[in-house]
Amino acid sequence: MLDKMIYLDNSASTRLDERVMDAMKPYYFDTYAVATSEFGYSMGIDAKEGLEAARETIAASLGASAEEIVFTSGETESSNMAIKGVCAALQKKKGEHIIVSKIEDFSVLNTAKNLEKKGYTVDYISVDAEGILDLEELKNKIRDDTVLVSIQHANQEIGTLQDLDAIAKICKEKDVLLHTDATHSYTRVPIDVSKTPVDLISMSAHTIHGPRGVGALYVRKGTPLDKWMDGGYQETNRRAGLENIPGAVGFAKAVELVTPDEIEFLKSLRDYTFERVFDEIPHVTLNGSKTQRTPQNANITFHYVEGESMTLHLDMRGFAVSTGSACFSRSLEASHVILGIGGDHERAHGSIRFTFGRYNSKEDVDAIVDAMKEVVSQLRAISPLFNK
Amino acid sequence: MKFPYTEKVLEHFKNPRNVGKLENPDGKGLEGSPACGDMVAVYLQVNPDTQIIEDIKFESYGCASNIATASIITELAKGKTIEEAKKISWQEATEELGGLPPVKAHCSVLAVEGLRAAIRDYEEKHGLVTEQEPTTPDVLRSRLKHVMNPMAGLDIVRTELVTKMEINDGVVRILLDLPSNHQFAANIKEEVLEKIESLWDVKEVNVVFTE
Repeated sequence: MLDKMIYLDNSASTRLDERVMDAMKPYYFDTYAVATSEFGYSMGIDAKEGLEAARETIAASLGASAEEIVFTSGETESSNMAIKGVCAALQKKKGEHIIVSKIEDFSVLNTAKNLEKKGYTVDYISVDAEGILDLEELKNKIRDDTVLVSIQHANQEIGTLQDLDAIAKICKEKDVLLHTDATHSYTRVPIDVSKTPVDLISMSAHTIHGPRGVGALYVRKGTPLDKWMDGGYQETNRRAGLENIPGAVGFAKAVELVTPDEIEFLKSLRDYTFERVFDEIPHVTLNGSKTQRTPQNANITFHYVEGESMTLHLDMRGFAVSTGSACFSRSLEASHVILGIGGDHERAHGSIRFTFGRYNSKEDVDAIVDAMKEVVSQLRAISPLFNK
Repeated sequence: MKFPYTEKVLEHFKNPRNVGKLENPDGKGLEGSPACGDMVAVYLQVNPDTQIIEDIKFESYGCASNIATASIITELAKGKTIEEAKKISWQEATEELGGLPPVKAHCSVLAVEGLRAAIRDYEEKHGLVTEQEPTTPDVLRSRLKHVMNPMAGLDIVRTELVTKMEINDGVVRILLDLPSNHQFAANIKEEVLEKIESLWDVKEVNVVFTE
């Protein structure tokens, strides 16, 4: 057992950077007023300044303008706001048809399913064996009454990156709005909205060492979007409810702290994991694309063993990772992503997702690969599927 | 906050008892499939004079709940007669383990089914089946419900992979809606044969694939 837990589940959430905490603190203890107009009281004006500076930072990271950023509570709210908001705004004008991919996060998939119950038609676009979208299928499925295409930028489990430029080009040619959930790529892989005509982008702070419960939605100027939560007139009347100012400030600080060196470092940990696992552990399969993938994600199936057993053994040795096994999830459903890339149930059950963050090291990779070798060999020894 | 598993479940998971395979077992049972995420194989060595289970081993492809239940079941069955072992229930195994999360019940039931399948196999191979029920399509259907369809994670009957079942003079014919060159064809065929060949009045089993 290690002295401390080695955490390799950074796509689920990351450890808050202390510098982010330092940036947020004044907005909890000193400048804790709600954001007020320039005619309000000074603490409220200061709070507003903090919020707007954070908005500028998020906007600049995308090549957008500040008024195109709406602060939210995170990925789920951003994607709900985008999809439901556009649908509500265009239902009467354009129709009730949307398109999503089969491997989206549940915040998109379940929003689509909810709309289906309300009479919308949803097309679920296939992906290939690496998780890459079938662009021809997308092109063919767009109809005159399609109000929105929602395709993730990076996959939450297997890290596959979509060709956002190509998807956006198709959508623009067909005159349909495009939303992308960029929660797992934001700041890891550049998106420049001045070059890529995507209309809405979901982001979240907790995947980049920012605070939990804060995110943002980029809304291109002029995009029709109905408010889906009624209340006050915050966020230029696009999102009711008091703004989480410390959270927004923390989110912006987290964005500022990401450097190109860090991205290279994450890539090096990912590639070193692949190198060691594929060299030293037999009967393994890469999940996702080797080249079109996020820097922080390594997802591998260890055949003949079941994921929950692996994660439990690893936890007992001081490691945190996740798996696409049905037994790991309360729903007892195997990863829809691995099944979506044409994998069978066994491949999903034996998959392990390693996701890296700023606080990981090469030594962490060495430690977990050494532990994996033992755990996998121990479980294969009792597996009826493994030919001993 | 720790795992929703008792100390005893974790102990059996970490150090499972009676793990392995018996060469030339007197009885063998295989339940579940990789498709449904859990699979258990149980092997028995039975004293023919006393009907006592003298040795028992298991293999598991499954989660903690599955491994721990299989482990405790082998402990409970060892030294019992096959009649006594037949009565070991999932509830008894669960109680011995100090309880299991309700959501994990199916993973552990499989271990009990594995033991029962091994006992049934022993009885059938040794002419001990007292109620010699003739094999009908219903009997075949019931047996085939234990063969999984790896593409769906459910059995081959429920997923309509079995299109026809016939029995004529002890010759069984099972038609499957699957090409013979399919990646799972050989595995499914093997499991079908295993579930049906041991029936007392079955002389031959033919598995027919669609082409």
